[in-house]
Amino acid sequence: MARATRLEYRNVTMRFADAAGRGVTAVAGVSLAVADGEVVALIGPSGCGKSTLLNIGAGLNAASEGAAFIDGEKVEGPNAHVAFMLQKDLLLPWRTVAENVTLGAEIQGQGREQRRRRASELLDGFGLGEFANHYPHQLSGGMRQRAALARTLAVDPSVLLLDEPFSAVDAQTRMVLQRDLARTLTRAGKTALLITHELTEAVTLSDRVLVMSARPGRIVDEMTIDLPQRDDPLARRRDPRVNDYVARLMDRLHIGEGALEADGAGGGP
Amino acid sequence: MSARRLRLPPGAGASFILFVIFLAAWEWGPGLLGIPTYIIPSLSEVAREAVRMWHLNHVLMHTGVTAGEVIAGFVLGSLLGAFIGYLLGMSPATEVALSPYILALQIAPKVAFAPLFILWMGFSVYPKILVAVLIVFFPVMVNVLTAIRTIDPDLINLARSFTATRAQIFWKIEFPASLPPLFAGLRIGSTLAVVGVVVGEFVGGNLGLGFLLTFGEGQANTPMVFVAIVLLTLIGSFAYLAVVLAERRVLHYLPAREHRL
Repeated sequence: MARATRLEYRNVTMRFADAAGRGVTAVAGVSLAVADGEVVALIGPSGCGKSTLLNIGAGLNAASEGAAFIDGEKVEGPNAHVAFMLQKDLLLPWRTVAENVTLGAEIQGQGREQRRRRASELLDGFGLGEFANHYPHQLSGGMRQRAALARTLAVDPSVLLLDEPFSAVDAQTRMVLQRDLARTLTRAGKTALLITHELTEAVTLSDRVLVMSARPGRIVDEMTIDLPQRDDPLARRRDPRVNDYVARLMDRLHIGEGALEADGAGGGP
Repeated sequence: MSARRLRLPPGAGASFILFVIFLAAWEWGPGLLGIPTYIIPSLSEVAREAVRMWHLNHVLMHTGVTAGEVIAGFVLGSLLGAFIGYLLGMSPATEVALSPYILALQIAPKVAFAPLFILWMGFSVYPKILVAVLIVFFPVMVNVLTAIRTIDPDLINLARSFTATRAQIFWKIEFPASLPPLFAGLRIGSTLAVVGVVVGEFVGGNLGLGFLLTFGEGQANTPMVFVAIVLLTLIGSFAYLAVVLAERRVLHYLPAREHRL
């Protein structure tokens, strides 16, 4: 890959104390790099520290060792280059959809007129134009998640960190949202790290899939997705090669081998 | 929303009929059951007493004094409760340090402080206001504190990821998120303020409806006690209604079903 590295984790280790006061290592020595415009999916058993990595990338937590870098610059705290999106839409009930979308821009001091234009542009793009002045409770789950995506894009970040963004919506809505996301990422040339537990989502949305081990999480495998149409996961879904990739990921995650690990191997001795 | 349009909810008619039945039972019930008027005076006797008091006892002035004390106590107590609630909510260390004292003060019956305040401040309006402040303070403070503590940390992280300052996090996330519980606390406070003021007036002074109550009691004037109770209930109702109306304006974004008296 000749493209410049946008997001990088260098030898990141995260330790913290659990409820009983014992030291827990969430992630151990994780190094990964995401090139400009690349979408990388991160999968692994629950509790393997995927979300910890995301928080470090967003500058919300500092790593115990190592660090995240954006464009070669060390992430010292929250910054305008990175925006994240979670499974929860986190829309504020007292703000209209348009006001929610521009929350980040407002915090970063953008002018009212500029914000209003950006909001209507994004909302129109996501088919939410007529709901700009509605309140979140008047929207369906899928629409709310779409508004959350618009809010993430409204600050024009160069890197998007997505933590299971669609796992709370129904399967059909999810497919539509995945397509919206893929189109947007491709069109805007955004770099993204997508945490997901859904293997098909990982394969259809990304250029590359990284596999993490159970806690303490490390990257144990990497798979380049050599499929066309990254901007159209619905088309990719129909491609039989997707099944091969998913099957290989299942093997590497040891899905179906032996008994289910309790709580994704939380606190064994 | 459509606050202008007055549409009666189902059950409003039944509520009105109940009110008429209640008034009728008050008027004729005691006579039919042979209850003497010094125990339960009929509605018309209470009304007659109200007219007499209007002319002789400056009832309007006493009502005004009590209402003023209620408003002052409620406003000051709410402001203080909200302020301390936000302060403790944003500083867990302060909360840990102060919580045993706050808990002790919360458990202590606030009205028991009334004689003490009279000793300190004399027979003025201030001890009554102070009892109301103290009694309003706690529900407001506890609700605000709980609201701040139970905000989804991911909401705070969202604001932080947008590089929000501490002040922006407060004004854009924490403060608006705390408003529904704050108003729930204000509703409770608005009714408790009347209790605080009346107890203060019982204990000392010769002003206010609380004083009229004890005055009527001393003269075995049951209708006068009833008049005072009705007026106190009216003051409390107006205070409560004011909070509800303010709440509807401020929390207009909530789904309609969450607005109830």
